[in-house]
Amino acid sequence: MSQYILRRVLISIPTLLVISFIIFAVLALAPGDPLAQFAVNPAIPESTRQLIRQQLGIDQPWHIRYVKWVIAMFQGNWGFSFQTKAPVIDLIWQRLPQTLQVVGVAYILAILLAIPIGIISAVRQYSFFDQVATFFAFIGFSVPSFFTGLLLMLVFAIGLHWFPIVYSSTLEITNWSSFVLQIRQMTLPVAVLVVQQTAALTRFMRSSMLDNLPLEYVRTARAKGLAERVVVLRHVVTNSLIPVVTLIALGIPTIFAGAIITENLFRVNGLGQLLITAIQNSDTPVVMALTFIFAVLTVTFNLVADVLYGVLDPRVRYN
Amino acid sequence: MTQANQAINPRVTSPAEARIQQQSAADLASVLSKKPRTLWGDAWRRFRHHRVAMIGATVLLIFIIASIFGPILYKVNPEALDAVNLLSKPLTPGHLLGTDEIGHDLLARAFFGGRISIAVGFVAMLIAVSLGSLVGALAGFFGGKLDQLLMRTTDLFLSLPQLPLLLLTVYLFRDPVTKALGPEKGIFIIVVVMIGALAWMSTARIVRASFLSLKRKEFVEAAVGLGVNERSIMFRHILPNALSPIIVAATLEVGNAIITESTLSFLGVGFPPDTPTWGRLVTDGSQFLQAAPWLAIVPGVLIFLTVLSINFMGDGLRDALDPRQRQ
Repeated sequence: MSQYILRRVLISIPTLLVISFIIFAVLALAPGDPLAQFAVNPAIPESTRQLIRQQLGIDQPWHIRYVKWVIAMFQGNWGFSFQTKAPVIDLIWQRLPQTLQVVGVAYILAILLAIPIGIISAVRQYSFFDQVATFFAFIGFSVPSFFTGLLLMLVFAIGLHWFPIVYSSTLEITNWSSFVLQIRQMTLPVAVLVVQQTAALTRFMRSSMLDNLPLEYVRTARAKGLAERVVVLRHVVTNSLIPVVTLIALGIPTIFAGAIITENLFRVNGLGQLLITAIQNSDTPVVMALTFIFAVLTVTFNLVADVLYGVLDPRVRYN
Repeated sequence: MTQANQAINPRVTSPAEARIQQQSAADLASVLSKKPRTLWGDAWRRFRHHRVAMIGATVLLIFIIASIFGPILYKVNPEALDAVNLLSKPLTPGHLLGTDEIGHDLLARAFFGGRISIAVGFVAMLIAVSLGSLVGALAGFFGGKLDQLLMRTTDLFLSLPQLPLLLLTVYLFRDPVTKALGPEKGIFIIVVVMIGALAWMSTARIVRASFLSLKRKEFVEAAVGLGVNERSIMFRHILPNALSPIIVAATLEVGNAIITESTLSFLGVGFPPDTPTWGRLVTDGSQFLQAAPWLAIVPGVLIFLTVLSINFMGDGLRDALDPRQRQ
């Protein structure tokens, strides 16, 4: 087991190196110059431009820059933003809490909603409840999340004035009323992600329950005379949760990607918004760092999912 | 019929036996007179009885026909500006769905956007599914080193951060590709290729699994024995038997690609501002959410209905093509 984990961790290092190389190559080989804004400015002489290039470290060939980037990254040096000149790592620490708040709350809510809905849907298959839940799940993953966001904005912010339209990033929680304000402004961005994630997780939970319900251990439990409630909750649900838990781990990178969309819609100053502005400003170090963080998230949670599956299901053997 | 029956069975003894034989002969005749039931015929029969899937297929068909022929019947230029009618409500004379802030007709633009969105969905799906089928077929059929290499690559692609990478590549390569291939075609190609290039992995896994089990079947052995070459065995003998899961995956991929494209447009990274894709129309309309909410709602609902129809179809196809998996 621990050997398996060690091997998987060791494999994920070259994986991440290859991914970072791909991202770096895409950024380096793309036409377009981060100094384009200076290029059109006649007040800046060629020598100064060359100096800026040297300072930003973009005067060298890109494969050398890549090696330097990897070494610096391992030393915890993520470079400096072209745009704000601030260290990239500081920018990320600044933006991370907002993203984590929205994403974390949304994912917990989605899990808490999806598991009971999935259980009831499966136990009462084809009932009215199941039909409605299935229908809403289909709607949930057929609406693009930016459109869910716009509709919620239209109804609850513009129509009913329950929540603010735009997220205020300067709000500080000092007392009860500012806490309530924070909750209110988080509600819509969280709701968009909840709709999207609940739809997918409900389907997983339902089909995992349906896989387990006809199995023999369930019949045995009933034959022992256990109450149906106990059979479902203690026997079927615990076994059905195994694949769902791994899917929950696998879904974490997806919800961060979803945050890119909601943050841009509601102007939440999180990592997703940072990524979009950095892409639009050709702020290569920031784009590189953020894309790499997304890759690390994906690889890490793939690993977590695989390991969890083995821990929870003793039938899985690692070799 | 009785005479025919007796002609087949000249040694009829007891009346009871005669009746049974008569009956079975009648059954045989009725079976023989019917057209043989084929795999695809059965699938179509099951699909036709899946009500939601049929509704989905109908809606999708209507949308496709409307976006092809709509502009011929509704003769309003999507580029034309109506200076008198700005932000006018739906059902304004001359503008069935109203106009935007500079007087563009929304319906004309929605038709145009439909062409792009649906085309992006199908072409991106074709790229993803062909690439995935090829990779999966090669990996499953040849196995060994090649299989390992291809599956490692698949795992690697699954670990790529999809949305950030998509945003990045489309944004960075938009200008040069546009210069090389023209504004609309260039963007279309880069969007479609990038969506397809980041979406083939699930198909590859499905196809590989099918190939692994099918290549040991007797009909493949027979083909090998007859000296059929490897390419024909892969694509003429095995692949058609692995089509069912590919079709289901392909259907769902069309919907995913449409959502991805509209998301790119929404984030300002897809088609240029003057190309009215559905995603772009939602973005532009979202600036007038208070004054003219329909500007964002109409194209948004169109995306939603298209993708919902496709997902319902996918569900029906799954039940129709693989009844064992039915839940």
